Amino acid sequence: MNITLPEFDVEAFRKQFPILHQPDSHGRQVIYLDNGASAQKPQVVIDKVVEAYTKYYANAYRGVYEFGQRIDDELELTREAVRSLINAERKEEIVFTPGTTASLNMIAQGYGRTVLKPGDEILLTLMEHHANIVPWQIIAEQTGAVIRYLPLTEDGRLDLEQLSDYLTEKTKFVSVTGMSNVLGTIPNIQLLASAAHAVGAIFIVDAAQSMLHEAIDVLETGVDFIVFSGHKFYGPTGVGVLYGRYQHLEQMSPLLGGGHMIDRVFEDHSTWADPPAKFEAGTIPIVQAIALRPAIELVREIGLEAIRAHEQSLLVHAMDALREIPGLKIYGPAPEHKGAIVSFTLEGAHPQDLAFLLNRHGVCVRHGHHCTMLLHDHLGISASVRASFAAYNTHEEVDKLAEAIQAARKRLRLA
Amino acid sequence: MIDRTDNNTDQITLAEIFDEFEFLGDSEAQMDYLIDLGLDLPKLPAQEKTELNRVHGCQSNVWMLTDFDDEVSSPLHLQAESDAMIVNGLIAVLLAAYQEKRPKEILDIEIHKIFDRLGLDRHLSPQRKNGLNGMVKRIREAAMVKLSQEG
Ligand SMILES: Cc1ncc(COP(=O)(O)O)c(C=O)c1O
Repeated sequence: MNITLPEFDVEAFRKQFPILHQPDSHGRQVIYLDNGASAQKPQVVIDKVVEAYTKYYANAYRGVYEFGQRIDDELELTREAVRSLINAERKEEIVFTPGTTASLNMIAQGYGRTVLKPGDEILLTLMEHHANIVPWQIIAEQTGAVIRYLPLTEDGRLDLEQLSDYLTEKTKFVSVTGMSNVLGTIPNIQLLASAAHAVGAIFIVDAAQSMLHEAIDVLETGVDFIVFSGHKFYGPTGVGVLYGRYQHLEQMSPLLGGGHMIDRVFEDHSTWADPPAKFEAGTIPIVQAIALRPAIELVREIGLEAIRAHEQSLLVHAMDALREIPGLKIYGPAPEHKGAIVSFTLEGAHPQDLAFLLNRHGVCVRHGHHCTMLLHDHLGISASVRASFAAYNTHEEVDKLAEAIQAARKRLRLA
Repeated sequence: MIDRTDNNTDQITLAEIFDEFEFLGDSEAQMDYLIDLGLDLPKLPAQEKTELNRVHGCQSNVWMLTDFDDEVSSPLHLQAESDAMIVNGLIAVLLAAYQEKRPKEILDIEIHKIFDRLGLDRHLSPQRKNGLNGMVKRIREAAMVKLSQEG
């Protein structure tokens, strides 16, 4: 069967990102392939930031005056946009946080502390970002819980055959990346959610990477928590999302206490406001949250399927082109099991040198362990180079990446 | 005893590096030159690349040997290598600064002034600066130990 994919005009999309048309200080055209670290911002997001600060800025949920009202309305519009994006049941299940890292810490501390007992288990995977490991290590130490890591297959997918050994009655939380920020691996969220629920565990998706490439329907998948960052979703820095099912949010304790999150303060204790306010202590990243909405609208207008189809074609192209390069090794599974991230090493070239030399050609990539030391240990390398694509990247940029790697090989006297 | 037969006599001097940096002017060209210095750095024998000889705090692997020749008032025989060429370039600068120096002289060298003058501070990432500090610390510690042994 031939599925017709919605049309995607990469040039038209690209035009909306002013920074992509700005040469660097050496006059070079920038080829931005570090989208896994952070995505660039479209004009609509930048405009929204300016609009909020110039037309109606005030603190949130405090003033009855016109500006205050408008700010509140705008924030609620974003909350609704996020709800609709992930198909959550209620807008009140969407909490604004500083980002993925903050969201995961809030869940581990706020929920982990009320649930975990000595000997209980937290199941993670070997490909998690440190943001989805360290908060669990902290709560495990505080509660006596134990962390286990689901292993990977040879080609960098989750080894689901071992799942039943790792997922037991003792497992209280399962927290898994929606897309590996190094291998690009996209796990079967539906299957993992069902398996976690079958043993009564809470299932969390770290959607920091996947949000931009893969739709998640929380009702359909039954996911308990989803966390992501605005800045990786063409949105502003400083704002992220914690989605939790309402009954979980009711059970969960707040990590931060302070203004706005209270119901009543007494001398010796306080009572909390209802979610989401309970988790939004102090002044939240107001303008950032407001400017997240145009990013969501832009992505939805084009459609995640169209975006994904374009990114997959970039991925296949990149893997084909890079495989041709002698000594280059790509990590992770075949394109059908992953999103548009290609991490690699080049024999005889240190990732640090390689990233530096690629920049000579305007190519921006990341090198290092990408906050995944466990995964790099597993791969038996200390560092890699990562090219991560977004919908504004083009096939010509993929070719330039390959050319720049070839040039680096010559420069390092490897060819 | 230290085997000096492989000592490369055409080792570049600090003055030559300063001159070249000044001549090149542009930071990209300077970094390119640093890579070339790195590519030309003498290699460490594989058996010396041990955990004991590894310098920690570097993003790349760096192995370093600091030997002092006791016969002739303890000049330093420094050997080091990294798997990253830019770091090898930095090692070449360290060699130019420290090679054949005595413990007391080593401790008197204000290495940060040298790196400031090369303008390298501006081009090095914090991690690389960390790594550089780690290497310098290793050399200085060796000199201090030597000095205390000499009493
Ligand atoms: C999979 C994954 N989780 C979590 C994070 C942390 O996101 P943030 O730095 O926005 O909190 C990242 C960012 O690199 C990531 O890729």
